[in-house]
Amino acid sequence: MLNYTLRRIAIAVPTLFIIATAAFFLMRSAPGGPFDAEADLEPEVLENIRAAYDLDKPLPTQYALYLQRALGGDFGPSLVYKDFGVTELIGIGLPVSARLGLTAMALAVLVGGLAGIVAALRQNRFLDHAVMALAMTGIAVPSFVIAPVLALVFGLYLKLLPIAGWDDGAWRNMVLPVVALALPQVAIIARLTRGGMLEVLRSNFVRTARARGIAESRVVLRHVLPSAVIPLVGYLGPAIAGIMTGSLVIELIFNLPGVGRYFVQGALNRDYPLVMGIVIVYATFIITLNLLSDLAYAALDPRIRKGYR
Amino acid sequence: MSATGPGIAQSPVVGAALRGEAPQSLWRQAARRFRKNRAAMGSVVVLAVIAVTSVLVPLLWPHGIEDASWEAILVAPTLENWHWFGTDANGRDLFVRVFYGGRVSLTIGLLTTVVALSIGVTYGALAGFTGGRTDNFMMRFVDVLYSMPLLFFIIILVTVFGRNIYLVFVAIGCIEWLTMSRIVRGQTLAVKTKEYVESAVAIGLSRGEILRRYIIPNVLGPVVVYVTLLIPTNIVVESYLSFIGLGVQEPLTSWGLLISQGAGQLDTAPWLIFFPATFLAVTMFCFNFIGDGLRDALDPSNR
Repeated sequence: MLNYTLRRIAIAVPTLFIIATAAFFLMRSAPGGPFDAEADLEPEVLENIRAAYDLDKPLPTQYALYLQRALGGDFGPSLVYKDFGVTELIGIGLPVSARLGLTAMALAVLVGGLAGIVAALRQNRFLDHAVMALAMTGIAVPSFVIAPVLALVFGLYLKLLPIAGWDDGAWRNMVLPVVALALPQVAIIARLTRGGMLEVLRSNFVRTARARGIAESRVVLRHVLPSAVIPLVGYLGPAIAGIMTGSLVIELIFNLPGVGRYFVQGALNRDYPLVMGIVIVYATFIITLNLLSDLAYAALDPRIRKGYR
Repeated sequence: MSATGPGIAQSPVVGAALRGEAPQSLWRQAARRFRKNRAAMGSVVVLAVIAVTSVLVPLLWPHGIEDASWEAILVAPTLENWHWFGTDANGRDLFVRVFYGGRVSLTIGLLTTVVALSIGVTYGALAGFTGGRTDNFMMRFVDVLYSMPLLFFIIILVTVFGRNIYLVFVAIGCIEWLTMSRIVRGQTLAVKTKEYVESAVAIGLSRGEILRRYIIPNVLGPVVVYVTLLIPTNIVVESYLSFIGLGVQEPLTSWGLLISQGAGQLDTAPWLIFFPATFLAVTMFCFNFIGDGLRDALDPSNR
């Protein structure tokens, strides 16, 4: 296990470094400087601006400086939101995105897991087909279609919930974005859980447990569930990545002041430091959580770390 | 399906032999099983209709995709004047735009998958067949890429190099090959120990020849299944990019871009999102049903 852990960390750390490097050089290879649009600046003024953003130094120096500061959590100034540092902007957006994402994640695991368990226990009956049809819908219809439709139905027609805005995280404002964000993951988790359950339900140790006359509820709770949820643990990392990318559009649609909206705005406005900073922060999250999820998976299922996948 | 599994006489190969018929190849059997799957066959028909109309409608429809008309702004769907799906805020006919968008979305889905397929199959087969340290190194590289938030990278690429449709093709294709390479490598490892490969090595065929003639054809099953699932994934990725404004640009259009424009006018003109979203969703369903059908047809033991 220690060996496996070290091997995984040995991949994660260079990955982050590569991401930071790739992001930096891609951004710097962009045609046109960020201040081209400013009309007729005096040459001295332009020089001063370039110096303030370190753009007058040679590229390798800029890169070293950037990495050094990024390690300390400073991603430089934003080019569009003047007077704001990238770190500051991320600090403003992160609580919103985190709250949104974590709630969606909890909802997805809870609802998806339950739906998958129920479907597996009623295999090939109505409930199973219903759950799987819904899951198929959740996978087939992207969240950027579901979200506006939810807003239309519950916001505009039924007038039950606000269609946009954050309002400091009032629950009424969170319902629609959280549901829209969670739905695709609910669908995937339901499918995964059902698959895991079915495999375990057919296994010999479950047959044995039943043969010993143990009550079905106890068989399911004590024997089936613990093994059936293992694949789910391995999926938590990718699920979080999915929710993080999903939140870009959801924050845009519901006009929420999260990191995702800054990222999209930054990309549209070519605010390179902002986009780079967010990519690095999100990548760190995703890689760390992926790592944790994989390690937990390996700890639960020894076949993984021994390479029998 | 009987619960006990088919007896030996029901096995297609043995059964055919007993009946004195020539045994069918695995692919023929799979095709027969696939044809019996109603959801999958229906999906093939629906997809074919969508594809053909996407090609024909923009050619034959009385309105062009950019024909703006001041007399027909935000007209609700009507049979009058051929505005079957209504018109948008510029008075452009939505019917022709939805099918034109379908053309773009389907093309992107197919082409990006071809890119991903070529890279993934070559890479995976090479890694699996070569084995040893090379394999280890190649797959670690895939692991590294795998743990990256790749959609973010597409966004950086598009931000940096401008919003160019060809860039979107390449970026999506170059990123979606990872899973493909893993699948192919796993299959290759399994196929490589088979006797027919050993005999090919024994008669002195070159490595490239063995890969092309023995390894790749025999690992195609799971690849085919994955391809039918990758096409819709790539269509959604493109729609996602177009939705946030980084994908296909006007005057071109795609389902994602149409949905994004419709989402902005949800309250006044719901048909603007309804039609492109429906076409996108139906296409997703079809590909998913076909993928499931192919999986069941190629590997009946998993049913």
